Amino acid sequence: MLLIRCPWCGPRDEIEFRYGGQAGLTYPPDPEAVSDEEWADYLFMRDNPKGPFRERWFHAAGCRRWFNAVRDTATHRFISTYRLDEEPPA
Amino acid sequence: MTADARARSPLAARAADLATIGAELVPFLAQVDLRVDPTHAGIAPYPLPLEPNTAWHDDHYAALWLGPDEWLILGPADAAGEIVAALETAFADVDRSVVDVSANRVAIALTSEDRLDLLSHVCPLDLDPRVWSAGRCAQTMLGRAQAILLERAGTTPVLVRPSFADYVVNLLLAVRGATSGVGA
Ligand SMILES: [Zn+2]
Repeated sequence: MLLIRCPWCGPRDEIEFRYGGQAGLTYPPDPEAVSDEEWADYLFMRDNPKGPFRERWFHAAGCRRWFNAVRDTATHRFISTYRLDEEPPA
Repeated sequence: MTADARARSPLAARAADLATIGAELVPFLAQVDLRVDPTHAGIAPYPLPLEPNTAWHDDHYAALWLGPDEWLILGPADAAGEIVAALETAFADVDRSVVDVSANRVAIALTSEDRLDLLSHVCPLDLDPRVWSAGRCAQTMLGRAQAILLERAGTTPVLVRPSFADYVVNLLLAVRGATSGVGA
């Protein structure tokens, strides 16, 4: 069982959370201008590193806020969590 | 406003079971959800706690932190209209959302001495008195049901969705049965 640190609520059990995929993706500023290939890349293609990965998490059963996390995909260890208006810790 | 004479709590028929788990029904608790920028908290008609997972209360009303820009205001039965009016007046000049959610949750108050032991069997929160003490509140899970817990001196009000109320009572009954004699 993972203990995940919500930036607002502090450490909580993983059953209170939902996973939201890769963090830091930006919507194409001019979606009309991108090619089908670029659009498909934005919609469907995600990084899949072995090691630290920036992810979105949702504190679904708690404060119901989205936040970001850096998690090691090999060990499942949460390296850091941070609010959406904060920069990822170096 | 007066309570609708037809209003009936989903736990109305479970007084004996509530007594067994050391709880009592808090009938028709007024609940109003407030969302507003926390920089405006100072003009609220009730003190809005800014520290996450803490609550303010007096003899009649309570304000629970639900999120950085969201609070749940509690009051006596029939007070929802008055609370909504007070909030709408106070925040008339700023962006806000004020919604009567009184029918959204059923409230029971756990009053037994070992209530936190009981809850800890079905709740992932750390309910150790060193971190969970009077003045704290939290949104969390009781078994598979979402719940709001509020800690006060000698009592722990628990708010759950009406459709989960029977389930939560059954869950706590099962814990009570399985642990009877342990700390009871
Ligand atoms: Zn949270």
